Amino acid sequence: MLYNPPSPLETKVLSRRFGLPDSAAIGTYLATDGYQAFLKASKMTPAQIIDEIKASNLRGRGGAGFPTGMKWSFVPRTSPKPKYIVVNGDEGEPGTCKDRVLMENDPHSLIEGCLIAGLAVDAHAGYVYIRGEYRYLIEILEKALAEAYAKGWLGKNIQGTGFDFDLYAHTGAGSYECGEESALLESLEGKRGVPRIRPPFPAVSGAFQCPSVLNNVETFCAVPHILLGGGKAFADLGVPKAGGTKLTALSGHINRPGVYELRLGFPVRQLIEEVGGGIPNGKKLKAFIPGGSSCPILTAAECEGATMDYDSMASRKSMLGSGGVIIMDEDTSMVKVGLRLMRFYSHESCGWCIPCREGTTWLTKIMTRFYDGNGSRADIDLLGDIAKNMLGRTFCPLGDAAALPMISLVEKFRDEFEDYLKGKRREETSGRLVTV
Amino acid sequence: MPDPVKFTIDGLALSAPPGTSVIDAAKKAGIEVPSFCYYEGLTLVAACRMCLVEVEKMPKLMTACTLPVAEGMVVRTNTPQVHTARKYMLEFLLTNHPLDCPVCDKGGECELQDMAFRYGAGESRYTETKVHTPEKQFSPVVFFDAPRCILCYRCVRVCDEGMGVKALGVVSRGVVSEIAPNHGDHLECDECGACIDICPVGALTSGTYRYQTRPWEMTHVGTICTHCSDGCKTTLGTRNDRILRGNNRDRSGINGEFLCIKGRYGFDFYDHPDRLQAPLVRKDGKLEEVSWSEALAAVANKFQQVLGEEGSFGIIGSNHTTNEENYYLQKFARQVLGTNNIDHHRTGDVVTTLDALSGKTGKLATVADLYRAKAVLVLGADLALEHPLLSFQIRANYRHHQAHVYVVTANPVREDKYAAAVVRGRDYASLAARLKAEPDLAILFDDSYKGDDIRAVVEFGEQLGIPVKYVPLVDRSNSRGAVDMGLTPELLPGYQPSGQPGLHYDEMAAADLSVLWVVGANPLKAGASRKAGFLVVQDMFLTETAAQADVVLPAACAYEKNGTVTSGTGELQRIERAVNTMGAKADLEIIGYVAREMGAAAKMGPWTPDAVFQEIRGAVRGYNVPMPVLVTGGAAGTTPINGRVAADARPDLVRSDHNGLFASGTLGRYSKILNSVVESRQSR
Amino acid sequence: MTFSPQLEARFATLLASYPPGRERSAMIPMLLYAQDELGSVTDELIAEVARRTGVTPLQVDEVISYYTMLRRKPAGKYHVQVCTNVSCLLRDGDRLFEHACQKLGIENHGVTADGQFSIEEVECMGACSWAPAVQVNYEFHHDVTPDKLDRLLDELKEKR
Ligand SMILES: Cc1cc2nc3c(=O)[nH]c(=O)nc-3n(C[C@H](O)[C@H](O)[C@H](O)COP(=O)(O)O)c2cc1C
Ligand code: SF4
Ligand code: FES
Repeated sequence: MLYNPPSPLETKVLSRRFGLPDSAAIGTYLATDGYQAFLKASKMTPAQIIDEIKASNLRGRGGAGFPTGMKWSFVPRTSPKPKYIVVNGDEGEPGTCKDRVLMENDPHSLIEGCLIAGLAVDAHAGYVYIRGEYRYLIEILEKALAEAYAKGWLGKNIQGTGFDFDLYAHTGAGSYECGEESALLESLEGKRGVPRIRPPFPAVSGAFQCPSVLNNVETFCAVPHILLGGGKAFADLGVPKAGGTKLTALSGHINRPGVYELRLGFPVRQLIEEVGGGIPNGKKLKAFIPGGSSCPILTAAECEGATMDYDSMASRKSMLGSGGVIIMDEDTSMVKVGLRLMRFYSHESCGWCIPCREGTTWLTKIMTRFYDGNGSRADIDLLGDIAKNMLGRTFCPLGDAAALPMISLVEKFRDEFEDYLKGKRREETSGRLVTV
Repeated sequence: MPDPVKFTIDGLALSAPPGTSVIDAAKKAGIEVPSFCYYEGLTLVAACRMCLVEVEKMPKLMTACTLPVAEGMVVRTNTPQVHTARKYMLEFLLTNHPLDCPVCDKGGECELQDMAFRYGAGESRYTETKVHTPEKQFSPVVFFDAPRCILCYRCVRVCDEGMGVKALGVVSRGVVSEIAPNHGDHLECDECGACIDICPVGALTSGTYRYQTRPWEMTHVGTICTHCSDGCKTTLGTRNDRILRGNNRDRSGINGEFLCIKGRYGFDFYDHPDRLQAPLVRKDGKLEEVSWSEALAAVANKFQQVLGEEGSFGIIGSNHTTNEENYYLQKFARQVLGTNNIDHHRTGDVVTTLDALSGKTGKLATVADLYRAKAVLVLGADLALEHPLLSFQIRANYRHHQAHVYVVTANPVREDKYAAAVVRGRDYASLAARLKAEPDLAILFDDSYKGDDIRAVVEFGEQLGIPVKYVPLVDRSNSRGAVDMGLTPELLPGYQPSGQPGLHYDEMAAADLSVLWVVGANPLKAGASRKAGFLVVQDMFLTETAAQADVVLPAACAYEKNGTVTSGTGELQRIERAVNTMGAKADLEIIGYVAREMGAAAKMGPWTPDAVFQEIRGAVRGYNVPMPVLVTGGAAGTTPINGRVAADARPDLVRSDHNGLFASGTLGRYSKILNSVVESRQSR
Repeated sequence: MTFSPQLEARFATLLASYPPGRERSAMIPMLLYAQDELGSVTDELIAEVARRTGVTPLQVDEVISYYTMLRRKPAGKYHVQVCTNVSCLLRDGDRLFEHACQKLGIENHGVTADGQFSIEEVECMGACSWAPAVQVNYEFHHDVTPDKLDRLLDELKEKR
């Protein structure tokens, strides 16, 4: 089972079963309060469940951080259409690998979270959309689903509560854009991963054009804990406007990379130094990506006093994002990082809208030329200018996701881009980056 | 109607019904918001981002195409931010565009050129290599040049939503996304070319028009398609007396911009090498080219001689020729030749329909009605193939207004896909309960319903207790007009009984007449040999009938003359001459010259289309239409009768050719395009 | 077209997983699972999936060409995917990829002459904290060094 040695600084709520023998098995789950939250919720009214979620200050863990309780309350209760629960297990954001760990180690908490969401919005079926690359998780999840059906935690009249619920695992097939909620819904319907026009939002018209609750894996996994321990207790783990813990994936130049569960508001310094064990070879921090490659990159200076929560990151004009922390040491070539990221976004752009399709491609081409040593000073301005003119004008946020890191790179690391022109490369590059 | 919403755009206080998009509201107020992907009538895709506008209290620019107006909304389309956004969008768009305007068919009428001209991006900072893919031929009529494509998805949508065909899709993703045809390397579809017309740039080009001309060198003439009875306006682009293309981008006419392959490309029969260019007279058993005066004299002399000998005449007219020609021909037959032996190939039982509806007004549905009716019942016809415009209208009605469409046909039809109910066979009565619940209904039936079947349909419709309108389907461009003009032995113009019905179509072809005069028809098509003592044929081609004639007079086609035609739905429209012909003359003129040669000119009156039409207005009930509508290129509804038809309708004589999309009687045989597409070789 | 009984069973479950009339939802999983069995998405498979999910072959093609994991040409028996996205890059994922190419003697998207191996440089696979990462077929390999990769490839070579 995939899991890294825990850190004493962690607050183990969602990850408390990680490391238990057979942690994914229903026996283990049931022996550790499993499905008790569902039983409790089954005796509550939908409004009470949603109030509890609201009280927890849980915000979506997929990246955008939208308050979950509020999202659930948008589902029109009186709609005659069936309602659906959709789990976003696409986890494509570079730097992010925490949903995978959750599904692998504790799939039943995800199932239970879905059940409770079903109770809250009167949904009786759900789909867990898992990226194609996580094939082995389909098997793990299908096993867990089978166990839950066998033991009466899914299906008809669950545990005599009178509540019916079916849950299915659905695989993607290689597309980052399918993590965007409306593109995911299209993909779930057997189509190209092209986002939908919104509004209507999924709460009103989601899976199969029916009202749907769509959340990230981690968001659903938090739900049983909230119901069991109470919304307030969960809220208290975090900061005033965002409750609970966040699974944080540390990667890049760090001594102890891994997935750690930390209170929201955890100090960045402490995250790097103590949880992550510092930067290898005693090197200095150069850049910090707080939550996946789509977030604006922070400089070491900007990390001073920062904490891992929405407001602290917003005040630094970045975002908490998906919890994928990427650490770069002083020797990192930001030109190379920039090129690699732009290649990613142009490869993953669905191509639907002009600014994203053409903008990401243009950025990639300039970065490639620049990286190959054929850049000019004007290119640096052009990169920033193109990115700024994609920002906020694309059909879905993928365009922003490409533009934001680009803008932060040329603005914050301009010297390095200029030095690069003078031939001062930060490292021996190993030939050119091959085109994906 | 809910209360209108009040808002401002660029400081103008405006109001519009709730749900109106900002882009539409702006357009109505005369404020242009540029767009590529937005297209009236098609679903929204919000892909081009050209329509971004500033809206107060909204942090980002919003797409005007997807944004509904809201009470108190303050929109600005004319700010520096909006201008920059447009300019950048164009710069983005042009990065991978080949900029080959000098050799592009679309140059001069390209929306991308226009936008770049208006909104900037005249200079590009793009210096990288462009994505390039070679041009592809999707079909004889559709070429695709991917680098020019801006991915607005109009073509994909018009094919799926408008045509119900779904022959185009998008493959790959990101910057290499590309429009692709449904059969790997080629298209199998209606070949209607709607995708080409709707393409804002030169990505989809027409196999027949490409590299022929610059658009501004053409003259554009709006006329009516000469193939089926749907009556589509087709605007012919001509240069040096050649027709180079057909389309209807100005959306005039009852079809808006809809055209099928016949309307868009099927004009090409007009310069087929087999086209007759000089009169022919049989000499020593062989047809020889002669002068017009010789040929006309031969006909007139023969007619005079037979009249003097009290011989017999038979006249077969056409369901393609104009109302004026048909009216004039029957007048000639009855007043000069003194016979009721006059007929044409009848393709729908219009007469019984009118008779069954006698005493009721407003019972015939127009093309526009088919877009507005709450429910539509299709009896027998495969509309998508035989009446493409009517099928398009009903489909649009379904998409835009969720009309309930009921299908009662022998075989599967395209309407099945979205029909509220499908009945295979003829048991429409089984739908009675559902139809009674509809607010109103339009019923269309083809020639498998005639005589008493039609009376039964009308009785059924009238018992539903809801407003019902009818369309008796006919198949040629002026089939309806031919009946209205009295081109039958039993009826005079305006459905007045002739009193003494003469011979009908088949009888004339088989009878020992002294003279058989065939104008624009081919009664001996099946290989029968002529029986008449003297055969005169007016036609464009040496048909099976013409080949047996004594005199053949080369006739102009619809695109070479003026006049009016009446569509299957009874809508009267003008046809306009687009090109002049070498050698041939309009049928009206030919008939007039024959009259003059016979000294009957005074009796017949002038043979100019306008003069004859004025006579028709007085003589044919329902044709006294407002002239401004006609002369401005509009369609005027006709209501030919409102009373019993005091003559035998002869339903037994009704038979449609059921020509599909790729066939059109004789004309179809001489259209290279219709015969070149793969679909015409398949089973349709 | 015939598939293995296991795959047929899987198709049946899939088609029953979505609301009635929504068979199209099963398309992507069906294609991917069938590809696992057939090695690639063949024309025949496209026609079959189109038929079973009630769409046109073009609609299937639109989908296949969108998703990177669906492929029209067979990959090697062992499809080696090396991530070079940022977290892996920072841990020399790009060098690892080049190393793998050299070792196998093929370029990106290439297949070895004996059809045993193919290689692909891939985007983030969700193994960032265990970078650099490699997937062979669907199996993850974490914290991969050139040495580790050599050993892995050699082992697979033996296995043939
Ligand atoms: C390009 C793009 C990719 C995304 N990828 C993911 C993803 O892989 N997983 C995820 O949970 N959310 C992803 N999101 C965010 C989702 O759109 C959505 O906000 C989220 O799943 C909602 O769940 P939450 O409220 O629980 O966060 C992505 C968004 C964008 C714009
Ligand atoms: S921003 Fe536009 S092109 Fe990019 S992924 Fe979103 S919709 Fe597709
Ligand atoms: S017209 Fe609005 S995005 Fe294209």
